[in-house]
Amino acid sequence: MKHRTFFWFFMPTGLAMLLFIALPILSVVVQSMHTPHEAVLLTVENCTPFKCTEETTIDQDATAAIRSAEPLGRFVGLDIYLDRAHLAVGEVGGAWASSASWGEFFSSLSNLPFYRAMSFTLVFIFAVTPMVIILGLLIALSVNSIYARLRGIVIFFSLLPFVITPLIGALVLYWMIDSRGILGNLLQWMAGDPSLSLKASTGLMWVSLIIYGIWHAAPFAFVIFYAGLQTLPQDQMEAAQIDGASRFQRVRYVILPHLMPLVTFVTLIQLMDNFRVFEPVIGFNAEAHATSLSWAIFNDLGGETRQFSSAAATSVITIIGVAILLTPVLIRTWRDFKGKV
Amino acid sequence: MASRAQNLPIGLRIALTSFVVIWLIMAAFPFVWTLWGSFKVELDFFSIADWTNAITGYRTEQTYGSPFTGAGYHGAWVEEGFLRNVINTFIVCFFVVLTSLTIGTLGGYALSRSGYRYTFWLLITALIFRAMPPITLVAGYMLPFFEWNVWGILPTTIIVLVAINQPFTLWMLHSFFQSIPKELDESAKVDGCTQFQAFRHVIIPVMWPGVITTGLFSFLLAYNDFAVTAMLLSEDNRTMVPQVAAFLGTTYTEGNIMFAVAAVVSATVPLFILVMFFQRQIVSGLTAGAVKG
Repeated sequence: MKHRTFFWFFMPTGLAMLLFIALPILSVVVQSMHTPHEAVLLTVENCTPFKCTEETTIDQDATAAIRSAEPLGRFVGLDIYLDRAHLAVGEVGGAWASSASWGEFFSSLSNLPFYRAMSFTLVFIFAVTPMVIILGLLIALSVNSIYARLRGIVIFFSLLPFVITPLIGALVLYWMIDSRGILGNLLQWMAGDPSLSLKASTGLMWVSLIIYGIWHAAPFAFVIFYAGLQTLPQDQMEAAQIDGASRFQRVRYVILPHLMPLVTFVTLIQLMDNFRVFEPVIGFNAEAHATSLSWAIFNDLGGETRQFSSAAATSVITIIGVAILLTPVLIRTWRDFKGKV
Repeated sequence: MASRAQNLPIGLRIALTSFVVIWLIMAAFPFVWTLWGSFKVELDFFSIADWTNAITGYRTEQTYGSPFTGAGYHGAWVEEGFLRNVINTFIVCFFVVLTSLTIGTLGGYALSRSGYRYTFWLLITALIFRAMPPITLVAGYMLPFFEWNVWGILPTTIIVLVAINQPFTLWMLHSFFQSIPKELDESAKVDGCTQFQAFRHVIIPVMWPGVITTGLFSFLLAYNDFAVTAMLLSEDNRTMVPQVAAFLGTTYTEGNIMFAVAAVVSATVPLFILVMFFQRQIVSGLTAGAVKG
């Protein structure tokens, strides 16, 4: 295809991505280094015949003028990144100096919004990702060995938690786990504690969010692994059987190695997806116990006072996090490409 | 395959089948429960006294004389005007799917037919864009949209969702077009067609399976989005998902939580129908991404 033809074919989609993905990223970076202008103060000296007093007022006209002249605000460099709502460098240093033990240090970190969000996000990523892969594998192996006629129905119902709107899926589970819902009741009965409530316990809230994460993503892993099982080389399976490999050994030494590239694929996708955990925090009304970076952006942007600069700084930090998680994917794609050429 | 199932020892087969059944209950029961509960009053669905009330509808019967009531649906659809949000959702989804398939097909086709190196870098860029959480971009949209006075209306949201959709659409359609033999459109070009005519007369007739699969995922992305629609739409133009979130804000205090339950069930129905009719395409779309990496 000639460059010219390519250009015209690609132009609409390229323009859409340039204007609404590339430019916003730039705009977020710029915004994160600016903060709204402070109000212009006016000091007036009022003199009465007896004495003079100084009075400070906000000069509304001058403030409005400077704010409309430079809507971005004033340049502050990396200050927003370092303030208390983000990396909180000063507070972390202070906590490091004053804490006697690691435990004390971590508990003072958990009062800072950024580290609170990161601690939940990391626990969420490292709990959900392996569980999704294990559960997905187990379902795929089981479904592959039951009667073929039942498989369509199993796949149909399995897809529901995956295609459901994340916020709605979270609500559906949340209402069941609520202390007055069916699962909440069951928990209270099992624990023998009628006052047990999800809303009051950080640990329970984290566990419920993790269960939601597994419930939502396991079907994805299942479908991928199930498709992989359909391409299993039958001659290898038969050879293993003739060599006397037990059922478990066949799974361990033939099926798992065959599925390994898919396991890597699901892991990489899951790491990125779980890093941006957001809707369940809203659906579970969990912000008192668990937050994430995406939730922090949402919280800054919503409400009466929209804190664009703070949201932008969190966005840039999130983008950097995604970029780190994306690196292995990019390296893999690069290798595939070089292999093809 | 059937022969392998019969080879299994009976004990193992029972164990595997019961595992599948447990998973099915985990996957489907929450939806069944919420559907059933949406026809009850709040004191039954969230019952303090006795959890079996949610099944039998004890309080519902006391209030309405029958164990089922449409009060939640009446509240959501009639009193709160949920129909407007439903219509908004379908306007947004329709135009997002239409636009993103139109420009994505052209772009994906071009990427699959051009042998130059820049196509690789464009695809890599698309991959990076695809990984960006939409909420991080929203912070970049809001100030300009306020300045230009385009915040809050449906067309803005549609364009933003189309753009967010493009990286995924390009990857899907790129790999789909690569599976269509190049000889098809090249022979048309030998016969004197321009590239666009070759695309129009040779490729378009055979591209529908891939386009439909891609369209399904575009629809899901637009339908399921919360971050963009919640932040970029004004109160009057809300789609379903932000409206459900808004119900929660107002109804937790008013005690009308059943409105939200009814709205949630209503918003689930289209997805249910979608999976029912397009299960095969959804599965093939998911696995296409995995096999291609």
